[in-house]
Amino acid sequence: MIWPEEWADMARRTSAVLPLGRDAPSRFLPWVFALMVYLAVLALTGVLILHSAVERWQRGEVGTLTVQLMPVEGESEAARLALVQNLLGEIEGVLDIRVVSQSESLDLIERWLGAGNVPNDLPLPRLIDIDVAPGSGLTADSLALNLKASLPGVSVDDAKEWLDRLADFGRSLELLALAVVVLIGLAAVATVIFTTRMGISIHRNVIELLHLIGARDGYVAAQFQRQAMMLGLRGGVLGIVFALATLYGLRHVASRLDTPLAPDIPVAHWAWALLAAVPVVTSLIAMITARITALRELAKMP
Amino acid sequence: MGPEVLHDVTFEINPGEFRYLVGPSGAGKTSLLRLMYLAMRPSRGLISMFGSDVMMARRKELVALRRKIGVVFQDYRLLNHLSALDNVALPLRVAGAKEAEIQTHVSELLAWVGLADHIHALPESLSGGQKQRVAIARAVITRPRLLLADEPTGNLDEVLGQRLIRLFEELNKIGTTVVIATHNQNLVARNPHPVLALGSGEIHADDLAGRVG
Ligand SMILES: Nc1ncnc2c1ncn2[C@@H]1O[C@H](COP(=O)(O)OP(=O)(O)O)[C@@H](O)[C@H]1O
Ligand SMILES: [Mg+2]
Repeated sequence: MIWPEEWADMARRTSAVLPLGRDAPSRFLPWVFALMVYLAVLALTGVLILHSAVERWQRGEVGTLTVQLMPVEGESEAARLALVQNLLGEIEGVLDIRVVSQSESLDLIERWLGAGNVPNDLPLPRLIDIDVAPGSGLTADSLALNLKASLPGVSVDDAKEWLDRLADFGRSLELLALAVVVLIGLAAVATVIFTTRMGISIHRNVIELLHLIGARDGYVAAQFQRQAMMLGLRGGVLGIVFALATLYGLRHVASRLDTPLAPDIPVAHWAWALLAAVPVVTSLIAMITARITALRELAKMP
Repeated sequence: MGPEVLHDVTFEINPGEFRYLVGPSGAGKTSLLRLMYLAMRPSRGLISMFGSDVMMARRKELVALRRKIGVVFQDYRLLNHLSALDNVALPLRVAGAKEAEIQTHVSELLAWVGLADHIHALPESLSGGQKQRVAIARAVITRPRLLLADEPTGNLDEVLGQRLIRLFEELNKIGTTVVIATHNQNLVARNPHPVLALGSGEIHADDLAGRVG
């Protein structure tokens, strides 16, 4: 049975060959990593939020069409509404029909013009929302053609064009945020390359001695590799704690705003797991980078 | 490149030999040892260690050669952040020896060189002579096939110096080839062994030619 003290003792003995913990790069690296992980987690959260939003924009709203019925002089609105509902009821692919009440229409207009600014005699179109069965092939154009034969002054509107543009915009933002994550990763790699080189030149004498007593490059590189992994992990944990605190705060604020436009901060388990993986991935990247850099630098030594 | 320190040096050391490398300060003893323990390669000329041409050997092959060589550096080159025990254990750890073996071997050897009470001391708390003994212990802990010692008794009194020469002679008896660089004529006189004499960069002993190992 090995007691914990002996464990710590063994760890200390086997890792202390190069005094890496005391040099400047080792003190500075965890803070840089904390900052990078913090930014990466926030950017990645942005990607996740945008991704689910874009998906919703693409899928959710495409299944609805809106029929607009303009008032026609000398014809009863009620009769025309009844006719439209009859016609729609016979069209294949129409799942559900909902006539938007006049006050709701007024509300919609008032959002644009401001409350009280809508003239009483403004001819308001009546709106009918339709749910379209997915895969039915029913489009705004085909429906309009169908209805116009029996009803003048009717038009059909889908929000698709607007939503497509929104989705495009969302996707560009998503790519941008991903690019930011990649850039942060590259910056982390560059930082590790720089600090490893610095560490090798600081400890050149010790490394030369290790070589002379028969150390392989791999043995020396392992020291840098382990150090980079530990520092990466330490910085990463610090970074993700701050990032999660920030996200929690944002979520709290968003929930108090109570607006449908505020996007959900992802709560899916896999999303949280992905975010939690950031410090692990960062420390792995640090470890691999340190190893490759150290081996390359050591190969230049006599 | 500075002036050529060593030239026209040709000699051979056979396995199992015990040699002094003598010469005045600045003669090039340390430089010659550095070439032999592969800290540098010659600017010209041929060095063959254990039958391998040093100039032709690749980096990876140097590791195997270096593991056969124990070195006592003139300036000790102890790692200041490691205890005496950890310094001496280094060649074993680097070669991947088991930790349990390391502990007993190293403590025994340190006790043998009179440092039983200083096993956990850091080099900065040791005297020059004590550091030299740690350096010697580190050089012999692996029982190398070739021991290169650069002024190994420079900081030791007569008694301790003799004791460590005895250690080198014991190692030599069980098969280690020993080369000791020294400018101490007394040491050579008291413990006679064949001499390789360096003067102004040239070898002066006439019974020498060729290779090491
Ligand atoms: N790294 C070096 N670069 C240039 N010259 C050196 C170097 N090391 C030693 N020398 C010179 O080589 C000569 C021999 O030095 P050294 O081998 O230390 O002699 P010794 O050990 O016999 O006293 C001296 O003149 C010294 O100044
Ligand atoms: Mg010298």
